[in-house]
Amino acid sequence: MIRFLFKGILRDKNRSVLPIIVVTLGVILTVFLSTWIKGIFTDMIDINANFSTGHVKVATAAYFESTNAANDLALLDVDELVTNLKTDFPTVDWNKRINFGGLLDVADENGETRAQGPAAGQAVDLFSPDSKEAERMNIINSIVKGQLPSHAGEALISDDFAERFNVAVGEEVTLFGSTMYGSMMFYNFVVSGTVRFGNQLLDRGAIIVDITDAQIALDMENAAGEIFGFLQEGYDTEIAEEVKVAFNAKYYNEKDEFSPKMEQLNDQNGLSEYLVLIDSMSGIMSFIFIFAMSIVLWNTGLLGGLRRYTEFGIRLALGEEKKHIYRSLIYEAILIGLIGSIIGSAIGLGLGYWVQNHGLQLGASIQGGSMMMPTVFRTMVTPEAFYIGFIPGLLAMVIGNALSGVAIYKRQTAQLFKELEV
Amino acid sequence: MKNKKYIPSLFIVLMLVVQAFAQPTAKAILDKVDKNMSADNMISESSMTVHGKRNSRTMTSKTYKVGDKQSFTEYLSPAREQGTKMLKLEDKLWIYAPSTDRTIQISGHMLRQSVMGSDMSYEDMMDDRKLTDIYDAVVIAEEMIDERNTYKVEMIANVVDVTYYKRVVWVDSERFVPLKEELFAKSGQLLKQTTLKEVKKIDGRWFPTSMVYKDMMKQGKGTEFNIISVKFNQDIPKYIFTKAALKQ
Repeated sequence: MIRFLFKGILRDKNRSVLPIIVVTLGVILTVFLSTWIKGIFTDMIDINANFSTGHVKVATAAYFESTNAANDLALLDVDELVTNLKTDFPTVDWNKRINFGGLLDVADENGETRAQGPAAGQAVDLFSPDSKEAERMNIINSIVKGQLPSHAGEALISDDFAERFNVAVGEEVTLFGSTMYGSMMFYNFVVSGTVRFGNQLLDRGAIIVDITDAQIALDMENAAGEIFGFLQEGYDTEIAEEVKVAFNAKYYNEKDEFSPKMEQLNDQNGLSEYLVLIDSMSGIMSFIFIFAMSIVLWNTGLLGGLRRYTEFGIRLALGEEKKHIYRSLIYEAILIGLIGSIIGSAIGLGLGYWVQNHGLQLGASIQGGSMMMPTVFRTMVTPEAFYIGFIPGLLAMVIGNALSGVAIYKRQTAQLFKELEV
Repeated sequence: MKNKKYIPSLFIVLMLVVQAFAQPTAKAILDKVDKNMSADNMISESSMTVHGKRNSRTMTSKTYKVGDKQSFTEYLSPAREQGTKMLKLEDKLWIYAPSTDRTIQISGHMLRQSVMGSDMSYEDMMDDRKLTDIYDAVVIAEEMIDERNTYKVEMIANVVDVTYYKRVVWVDSERFVPLKEELFAKSGQLLKQTTLKEVKKIDGRWFPTSMVYKDMMKQGKGTEFNIISVKFNQDIPKYIFTKAALKQ
C-alpha cells in the first residue's frame, strides 16, 4: 500500500511537488527560527549574567532600587561578606564588582585636555591567580591591541574610544568622576590594551580596571558595588532561588536599606519575562506554524481535491469505499509530510549549525537600548530543533488533507454518472 | 447725582494707579537684587556641606570672582580635596587635580554632573547671563517669608538655551535680596529649590551668607553653603584667571 502510494507521489508530480515545497519551507522556517531565538536569548542571558546580573548578585537594597547603581549605596565590609559567602555557599564562585562612570580624558603635551569622552567602567578581579573573571567576561578574546592589565594603575579601554581619540597602548588617560562619597575623583591609568566586545552597550566608552585600582580611585576601601555569584553548573533558576532565599534569611534586614540583599538573575533587568518567553516561544511558534500551514495545506488539498475530482468519482464508481479513498489520501499526506519535514528539518538544521558556528553581524541594527544584546547573532541548535519543525510539518499536512478530504463523503453515488458525464 | 455713579470707578482706577506706583516693576526689583548680589569683583571663603545618604561632608574653598564671567575656586579642605582648583572663563570650565597633575576641561553632558556630590551641577555654576536678559519677569504676588515681606517674581525664559524654563524668586521687599527661589522645567516640574538666610550688611550691601540648595530630583536634605568671609571690590591679580594659575 505504502509502496503503491509512494510510486503515485513520485509519478504524479502535480500531486506532490507543491505540498512538499510548502511543508519544506515551513519546516525550514520553524527550525531555523527556533535555533535563532534560542541562540539570541541564551547569548543575551549569558552576557547579562557575566556583565550585569551574575547568576545571583548581592548588593544593598538601596543599590538595587536605585536607577543608576550609584556607588554611594555600595556594600561596606565586603571582604568579610565574601568570606562568609564562601563559607555558606562553597560551590558558588563569588566575585566583587564595581561599576563606575565618568569622563575619560586624554592629555596633550601640556597636560591639558586633548580629547575626552564619557566612560562606563567595570572593575573586576584581574590580578588574583584563581580569578575566572577575565575569562568569564571574554576579555582576553576581546583584546584588539595590547594585553590584559598586569600591574596596578593599568586599564583596558574600548577600542572604539581609542580609535576615535587616537589613544595608543602605553599612553596615560585620566578618569574623572565622583568617589563613593561624592568627592571629585581623578585617577591616571596607563592603557595596557584595547577591547571590543561586539556589544554596543559595552563598547560605548568601556574601561576595565582591576578591582583594587577602582577601590583606591573611588575611595571604596573594603567596599564594592556588588558581589556576583556564579553557579558551578551554570544558571539554574531553582538552585539560584535556593541560594537567594538562604542568603536573604540570614543577612537581609528589610528595615535597613544598606543591609546586603541577594537577587537572582531573573529578578533583575526584567529578565524573568525573557526567560518565560524563551520557554514559551517554541510552543507559540509550533502552534502558529501548524495553524498557518494547516490553512495553506487545506487550501492546497482543496485544489488537489478539485483537480482529482474525476479520479475520486471514477474510484467511487468502480466500487471503492469512501473511507478507503479518504484513508489513502491521509496516508499520502503522511508520506508527503514526512518527505517535506525531513528535507525541511535537514536544511533548517544545516542553516542553524552554520550560523551557530559563523554568527551573523547585525550590530548596526540594534543601536541604543539598555538591555545587553549581542551584536553578533548566533543560533543554538538544541535537541528540540530536531523535532520542533518535523512534527508540525507532518501534522499540518495531515490536518490540511483531512479537512479537504471530508468532501469525499459528500459525493453521492447516484449523481456520479451525471457528474462524470457517462 | 449723575456724577456720583462714577465715583466708585474713579476710586478703583486711582487705587490701581497708586498700587502700580507703590510696587516696583519686576525689572526694577531684579536690578536692585543685582546691586546687592553682584560686584565688580569679590573674594569669598565658604564652606559647603553635602548631606549624603550615609554621611555628611564639609568642604571649604576660597573663590575669586570678577564680574559674572571669571571665577577661580581653590578647595582648602578636606585633605582629599585640598589643592583642587576650578577656573571658569566665560562659558568654559577647567578643573585641576594635584593628585594627577592634570587640567581637565569639563564640557558636554559632564556639565550636568553634580559638583563634589552636591545638589548643584556645573551647569548651575556656568549660567552667568543676566536674568533680565533671558527671562521675562513679572511680580505676581507679595508673600511673607520668615516674617519678611517679599515680592514673588515669576520669570519665564525668552531664549531656548536655558537650563530652567521658569524661575520663581521671592525677593525681600526692603533689603532686595532673594530669600527663596524655585527652578522649574518646561513641563512644570520643580527641579531645584534654594532658600537663603542670614542676610547681613557687608560693605554697604545686603548679602545672604547662608544658603540651602536642594535638587528636588534627589533624596536628602540638600546642600548647605555658608559664607565664612566675603570682601568686595578687591585688587585681584589678573594671572589668577589663567590656566597657569591652576598648577600653582
